[in-house]
Amino acid sequence: MQKENLVLIGNGMAGVRTLEELLKLAPDHYHITVFGEEPYGNYNRIMLSPVLASEKTIEQIMLNGEQWYIDNGITLHKGKKVEQINRARREVIATDGTVAHYDRLIIATGSVPFMLPLPGADKQGVIGFRDIKDVDTMLATASQYTNAVVIGGGLLGLEAANGLMKQGMNVTVVHLLDTLMERQLDKPAAAMLQKSLAERGMNFLMEHSTAEILGQERVTAVRFKNGTEIPADLVVMAVGIKPNTELGKSAGLYCERGIVVSDTMQTITDPKIYAIGECVQHRGIAYGLVAPLFEQAKVAANHLAKHGIARYVGTVTSTKLKVTGIELFSAGDFTGNDQTEDIVFKDAASGTYKKIVLQDNQVKGAVLYGDTVDGSWYFQLMKDGTDVSAFRDTLLFGQHHLGDSGHNPDTRVASLPDNAEICGCNGVCKGDIVKAITEKKLFTLDEVRAHTKASASCGSCTGLVESLLAHTVGGDYSATPKTKPLCKCTDYTHDDIRHGIIQHSLKTMPAVREHFEWKTPDGCPSCRNALNYYLLCAYPTEYVDDAQSRYINERAHGNIQKDGSYSVVPRMFGGMCTSDQLRAIADVADKYEVPTMKVTGGQRIDMFGIKKEQLPAMWKDLSAAGFVSGHAYGKAMRTVKTCVGSEWCRFGTQDSTGLGVKLEELTWGSWMPHKFKLAVSGCPRNCAEATIKDIGVVCVDSGYELHIGGNGGIKVRVTDLLCKVATEEEVLEYTGAFCQFYREDAHYLERTAPWIERVGLEKVKTAILSDAANRKALYERFLISQQPAQIDPWKARADGAEAAEFTPIMIEA
Amino acid sequence: MSKWIEVVELNNIPVLGSRLIKTRDTDIAVFRGSDDQVYAIRDTCPHKGGPLSQGIMHGSTVTCPLHNWKIDLASGNALAPDHGCSNVFAVKVEGGKVFLQLP
Ligand SMILES: Cc1cc2nc3c(=O)[nH]c(=O)nc-3n(C[C@H](O)[C@H](O)[C@H](O)COP(=O)(O)OP(=O)(O)OC[C@H]3O[C@@H](n4cnc5c(N)ncnc54)[C@H](O)[C@@H]3O)c2cc1C
Ligand code: SF4
Ligand code: SF4
Ligand code: FES
Repeated sequence: MQKENLVLIGNGMAGVRTLEELLKLAPDHYHITVFGEEPYGNYNRIMLSPVLASEKTIEQIMLNGEQWYIDNGITLHKGKKVEQINRARREVIATDGTVAHYDRLIIATGSVPFMLPLPGADKQGVIGFRDIKDVDTMLATASQYTNAVVIGGGLLGLEAANGLMKQGMNVTVVHLLDTLMERQLDKPAAAMLQKSLAERGMNFLMEHSTAEILGQERVTAVRFKNGTEIPADLVVMAVGIKPNTELGKSAGLYCERGIVVSDTMQTITDPKIYAIGECVQHRGIAYGLVAPLFEQAKVAANHLAKHGIARYVGTVTSTKLKVTGIELFSAGDFTGNDQTEDIVFKDAASGTYKKIVLQDNQVKGAVLYGDTVDGSWYFQLMKDGTDVSAFRDTLLFGQHHLGDSGHNPDTRVASLPDNAEICGCNGVCKGDIVKAITEKKLFTLDEVRAHTKASASCGSCTGLVESLLAHTVGGDYSATPKTKPLCKCTDYTHDDIRHGIIQHSLKTMPAVREHFEWKTPDGCPSCRNALNYYLLCAYPTEYVDDAQSRYINERAHGNIQKDGSYSVVPRMFGGMCTSDQLRAIADVADKYEVPTMKVTGGQRIDMFGIKKEQLPAMWKDLSAAGFVSGHAYGKAMRTVKTCVGSEWCRFGTQDSTGLGVKLEELTWGSWMPHKFKLAVSGCPRNCAEATIKDIGVVCVDSGYELHIGGNGGIKVRVTDLLCKVATEEEVLEYTGAFCQFYREDAHYLERTAPWIERVGLEKVKTAILSDAANRKALYERFLISQQPAQIDPWKARADGAEAAEFTPIMIEA
Repeated sequence: MSKWIEVVELNNIPVLGSRLIKTRDTDIAVFRGSDDQVYAIRDTCPHKGGPLSQGIMHGSTVTCPLHNWKIDLASGNALAPDHGCSNVFAVKVEGGKVFLQLP
């Protein structure tokens, strides 16, 4: 059979999903050609908000890279905008002249942000929030300017505002009405949301209408109808979107708000042309969320594959906000009317609000704030039109009120029915996920994502999927070894390899690679660094470190900065220093013309902008002044932060500074699976922020509390209490033992926080608390590993080690 | 045809590592693979200009130290999904010495 030509205009979420569905049904039916205006493969647009908030990278949100197009024989014209459809000749023509002939055509051009037609709206720095380009603009602006104004307090506006705030901008959200997200939230829920966003530092100008955007070339301020002005270096308009019908219109397709399509997603003007996604109007509705678009994609694919049995009849949508730490769910008609009744629960103190709108004992809509675990259940009841009279009085407490008053989401998800929808974006039900987990033997979230697509789009159902995984795989899910290989070079896991290294006395990288049948000769940047660390940890006194298997930071013993220069941090034990030491640092800074100095979050001094060639000389001067390397660049013990403690502070119960110095003397220089930080606070006021460190010590009258597994980074985690001890000696011993247990057990690049969540606190407690002999053995091994580690790498290099690394070769040509 | 210039002894480049060569016009990173194959590439990542000489080499690829783009040392091309190219220079080893040809 002669293959037909299928052309897709718009390389976005709906269009490419249609191709994916089509390839599943009829892989050989068409020659496929794709035109996309953006210069990228196909990415997850929803995830632009987390990218803006630095929670994800662009690489992480790519759905189909270029290889996918190649693998499926699809011709991709990226960065090419189609400007004309010639329906008579069945051709599409791009602005650069590229022509493609079609037998069938899909238009999936999405939508464009609605830009308010204000005076000054064309100035530099006024943008929408739609694509990677916009995110790049926002990130670049955030690095140079301070004030951002987001016009529109809806879903998109708040996500933009949150992201910009995370990038350090001072953000004001301007909203026409007195409630945020009025299309998803009622007043009480909106007020709670506004309060918690305000607590994070977001500013609001409610009931403000924008009149004009001021500035010369670039925006400088925004003026409102009431005459007031606020300064602005960036204005993001997030007041709505409009279907991108330009191309459809010019091709003579019938359009209203969007390109009008039938239940088979064919345009009503020309059945050879399909339209799908946000550019479409179906039964009067233009959708702006992915779940309905993905349903449309299924239908269109079914029709294109000539099965012709599917019909799209519209979708009920639900919404969640992707701002980390804010739980919010809304669906259906949550305002209600004369015929409806509301059931409402509000606990301002705990930040929980639930409202369910009922009519004739059926759920018509719901708003949940603070606790959204039951959102999918209410949504299901709503879609099914279930009669809830039998359990109406406990409806608000969720599905699991009976018999289980606990708040453990694991048990809640367990009792959901199989047809309960878990992932709203991709329409995946609990049954599908459980089936995939059991049949395909899945163990990790990534695997579930790959096989079912659940939680692969906006990610707000990730928690539910993880609970399902835990529940389905069984009680020891957390202890189940991940079947994920260490990297692409091997089929073996981190744990396999760590055990193998000891069991078979593998003492060099080639030996490990040979034993485990590596697929690449040299390994890759993931496994080389991991193996180097594993060998170093297993054979601290024997193994010869491989410099080429370390990231540049560790190879150059400094932190590489964005311009290729380095920063240098001398160690200041416990954050203590003398005037002589400060003077010495100042002298070094003068001598090497250090452009920037900064006190770090760990109470050390960081010197920026050092050229690599200068490093050894600078280190020489620093070591002459008595400093050793601060390891601020390494997967290593970094700093011990301290408060002043009993020596000066009127609240101090113990000498927290002195103890901090002792801990740092014990642990400095030690290589770890990842960076590692300690802190000691002199009393429970906790001025050293010990409860977000890998190890935190909080001094109390009767001794010392040891806290472990905290993290102040991207995902904040408060420590777990390990135990309380009475003496400083015990603090040192327990700390050393904990360090060693972590060093020997964790995967490379796994910080203590996710490690403890993976292996469970019990395992750590057992190793260190229940078994004193084991603790002492761990501590002993830690001390042994410290002997070769506490050699200052700076001094060695200042004395000439690895000179080639630091000496460029000059050529007169 | 421009001539070959001797720049460094092969043994002075670490295996799976690089040396940085500074010329009047540009910085060039010379890499040595585990098979002693030598590559020369402009020391500027096509992404945001990261110093490729500081990256980790594997096979005939280097991973940029700034944002982990992978650059093929033989062609200078960034590996998919990324796009871009850094110049490569002709390079040869004779008698244990590395020679570069500059345009
Ligand atoms: C920041 C952000 C956050 C979001 N969050 C969520 C969320 O949490 N949940 C949710 O359900 N939805 C969310 N959405 C909405 C969701 O992303 C869209 O509904 C979905 O991407 C629409 O898919 P589409 O294929 O119709 O359009 P798009 O994904 O926009 O794709 C259209 C593509 O067509 C291209 N194009 C347009 N015209 C031409 C032309 N003439 N020639 C060639 N190419 C062309 C465009 O460049 C674009 O890449 C969010 C959107 C944004 C912007
Ligand atoms: S933690 Fe306690 S002892 Fe330390 S500075 Fe704060 S109040 Fe003082
Ligand atoms: S130091 Fe850390 S938090 Fe600060 S800019 Fe660098 S990566 Fe981000
Ligand atoms: S500069 Fe090389 S990856 Fe970004």
